[in-house]
Amino acid sequence: MKATGTGRFLPMQRFKGFHKGENTMRICSSAPRSLLLAGAFLGILTYGAAAQQPASPPAAAPAAAPALPPGSPLLGRPDNAAAAKLAPVAAPPLAAAPDKLPLAKLKVPAGFNIEVYAAGMANARSLALGDKGTVFVGSRLLDKVYAIVNKDGKRSVKIVASGLYRPNGVAFKDGTLYIAELSKISKIEKVEDNLDNPPKPTVVYDNLPKDEAHGWKFIAIGPDNKLYIPVGQPGNNVLHDADHGQIRRINLDGTGAEVVVLGVRNSVGFDWNPENKQLYFTDNGRDWLSEDVPNDELNRVTKVGEDFGAPYCYQGNIPDPEFGWGHSCSEFTPPVGLMGPHAAALGMRFYTGNMFPKSYKNAIIVARHGSWNRTNKFGGDVVVVHLNKDGTVKNIEPLITGFLEDNKYVGRPVDVMQMKDGSLLVSDDWNGAVYRISYGKQKVATQ
Amino acid sequence: MRRVMMALAFASLAFSASAETIEQRAVTCFACHGEHGQSETENTPSLGAQQAPYALIQLFMFREKLRTFEPMNEMAKSFTDDDLQKFSDFLAKLPKPAPPADAGEPARMQRGLALAQQNRCNSCHNADFSGKENVPRIANQREDYLAKTLSEYKDNSRHGYDGTMADVMGSVSKEQIAELAYYIARVR
Repeated sequence: MKATGTGRFLPMQRFKGFHKGENTMRICSSAPRSLLLAGAFLGILTYGAAAQQPASPPAAAPAAAPALPPGSPLLGRPDNAAAAKLAPVAAPPLAAAPDKLPLAKLKVPAGFNIEVYAAGMANARSLALGDKGTVFVGSRLLDKVYAIVNKDGKRSVKIVASGLYRPNGVAFKDGTLYIAELSKISKIEKVEDNLDNPPKPTVVYDNLPKDEAHGWKFIAIGPDNKLYIPVGQPGNNVLHDADHGQIRRINLDGTGAEVVVLGVRNSVGFDWNPENKQLYFTDNGRDWLSEDVPNDELNRVTKVGEDFGAPYCYQGNIPDPEFGWGHSCSEFTPPVGLMGPHAAALGMRFYTGNMFPKSYKNAIIVARHGSWNRTNKFGGDVVVVHLNKDGTVKNIEPLITGFLEDNKYVGRPVDVMQMKDGSLLVSDDWNGAVYRISYGKQKVATQ
Repeated sequence: MRRVMMALAFASLAFSASAETIEQRAVTCFACHGEHGQSETENTPSLGAQQAPYALIQLFMFREKLRTFEPMNEMAKSFTDDDLQKFSDFLAKLPKPAPPADAGEPARMQRGLALAQQNRCNSCHNADFSGKENVPRIANQREDYLAKTLSEYKDNSRHGYDGTMADVMGSVSKEQIAELAYYIARVR
């Protein structure tokens, strides 16, 4: 029973295929098993519904409850009432009616305006802008990609693709819409010329894992004209194979796949610094480590193959209690910015427009979807990350707040995207809406 | 008797116009899902006291064919958003399913309990398995339906609204599914 400190970190099967040292693992695993056995009985005692205390001693108990299975999303979750209250929050499947949107609750700094750009797009997620001004919107819990069409001064929402599987990611280049489903990338060419009757997407690339956990994807096309595809860890905190925990890039025809970033837990947003073309990405920290750490990361990639630490090291200075052994955080590139505990920093883009005040120029605007793995929810806002000349983070300021009210979400921002006039669109998957942020005397977007 | 009810139920579908009350329209549901929220039909879930947000999501998924089961896809096909809301609110108010008279073999119940604890089912489904929000009530659900559903989540033939259950079930074996279903169906 003395192995208390290591008991919860020893799901031995986890190491199959990765470690040869299974003997050691086996030896270690015996102590925690009996420990957990005792734990299971303790659980029974406190379990109201099954108040009958078994008379037999622990050794006679059937099927001891071992540690959580490897890869379980609940690894690390302590068995207490406060933790048991926390579970992922899923957005409703129906978009909020326009008059039910929380617009009046959303706060922006003085001089900024916020309005509804379009509504009625259930689970609106990632955003992409077409050459002709069409805004494409992916979804994660539905099967649809929407298009917000701006025609003759009127905006309307169309469905450009349906029957897709978790089509979270969208990107646009030279007339073609690229869509990222859970495990494939497809495209619709000349999409803006066929919005009323778009052809079915054709697959470009599908050499991707099919895991549900962190399987949905943000995508974007870089200044190198390649499509960047994140592949997250297949679980909360997993020692994974070489196909996970990374960002890859492919040529737009699906060829030339290459891993460019390693040590990524789950990135759902990235963009390139307009000044030096460096890739910046947000990465979500692991669950169940504690209420206050790790922070989500804002990372900067300076060379191909750079490793950002997950699952060995989080937020640049916390060795993972399970996988950090034998590693040092100094082996990995630390983040340039910490985005808050469990904040779910998702979509991010550099602001290059001229509409917002000068201090926003080339700053990063980040949507923080908001936490679930925290008693007091954190995030649920859009922030602006001002950078120093050397590309490091100077400070982080709020841009839109109010999505979080009395520890409940009234909306959840997912992605941000700059329009040609310098205004900013923000998607909200909770309400199925897209908002527009402008600065100065309010000029309502062309209706 | 059941056949007659089914026939009636399907006939009523044809003219399930808005004039009917939700109680009248729900007769169709009861034909398979049992009256008063307790199903007596093989592989068909009890719906009593189901969490309304979960029920709404499932009805929505049936309507959109994100979840496929032909009778339900057919049933939900013409539902408006308002219908989805009304039916899910209605189901939430039905009495919760009662535990079966058979209390279960103590040894199996023990194994099931240990597995439920190991997999932290209470984390989302609550300690009494009553569920919360988008997470369903599973306490005293039909054993066959529980086993079927867990298996379908495991091989991802039933796509969850989000991927949570596929993720959780990845490491749960077929034998363990049987034990979990046995236990949750009988939990008191």
